[in-house]
Amino acid sequence: MHEAGIMESTLALAAAKAREQGAERIHRIVLRLGALSGVEPDALRFAFDAMAKNTPAAGAVLEIETVPACGYCPDCDLEFAVKSDFIFTCPKCGRISGELNQGRELELARLEIS
Amino acid sequence: MPSNSATAAPIRSLDVKISLLEANDRLAERNRADFLRRRLAALNLVSSPGAGKTTLLERTLDGFGRETKCAVIVGDLETDCDARRLRRPHTPVVQITTGTACHLEAAMVARSAASMDLTGVRLLFIENVGNLVCPASFDLGETARVVLLSVTEGEDKPLKYPPIFKSAHVVLLTKIDVAEILGFDRAAAIANIRRIAPQAKLIQLSARTGEGLDEWCGFLRTLVPRT
Repeated sequence: MHEAGIMESTLALAAAKAREQGAERIHRIVLRLGALSGVEPDALRFAFDAMAKNTPAAGAVLEIETVPACGYCPDCDLEFAVKSDFIFTCPKCGRISGELNQGRELELARLEIS
Repeated sequence: MPSNSATAAPIRSLDVKISLLEANDRLAERNRADFLRRRLAALNLVSSPGAGKTTLLERTLDGFGRETKCAVIVGDLETDCDARRLRRPHTPVVQITTGTACHLEAAMVARSAASMDLTGVRLLFIENVGNLVCPASFDLGETARVVLLSVTEGEDKPLKYPPIFKSAHVVLLTKIDVAEILGFDRAAAIANIRRIAPQAKLIQLSARTGEGLDEWCGFLRTLVPRT
């Protein structure tokens, strides 16, 4: 359960960005979370509800965009969507690849501030 | 909630696009640069509790550790039991007790490394807190990430914990001396490792009988920076 620590740094980052812009309030926090980020959206939401009070993000909406995993086959030079089993089987040659082009994202994407 | 008052500033959208782990990632890069400057390789050892990280390190320090100077940073929630097991006259060891934290972070490693005498050390083992989930997200600045899977666990564990196995440079299948008696299907486990972590080097070993330790130490030798 490392989501509490990640939410703590998210709120700190968001507050710092808002302050840089001279804003006092954060209305929306948009996160991008890769399917292979190792972070659970529900646990993040739980942490957000508990931790956002008494921060500039109190009352804000937490929006979490999930980024699907994308594998890459170097032999076929092909990027492909990965199924939920996370085994990166190239749809063209059938070989299993270890290369991940997308899916590890753990990002503060956007804020709405005033 | 947005205020309706006429004096309230309008709501603006701000693209940020920074990693939530930016602070940790930055410190991890600093660690990596520091290790490079000291000409040492760092290994991040990750597994479930009880997969045999400490026992493997004991054997490694007693053999390989006599020819190549090693150091160990070991993380646990509580106690210095592991540090006491690992301490050798020829090996500096630092214990990190994380309290409630379920993983090591780059800052803890930086503090521990700064507190040790790393003169002459070529290989730094970082034994992470026993946990297959949280350590996946936290770069420590390691040269290689080593994930251990013991035969006392399920053959399907790699399928259940994809992020950590996908991030492995090396997967060690440990305790193979007891695989048969436990009815552990090694072929199935290996197939699962290959499917989830095709990028990883796979070594099968038993710290107790010594089987596979030559291959493990051979791999360690390839990591040691030339001086």
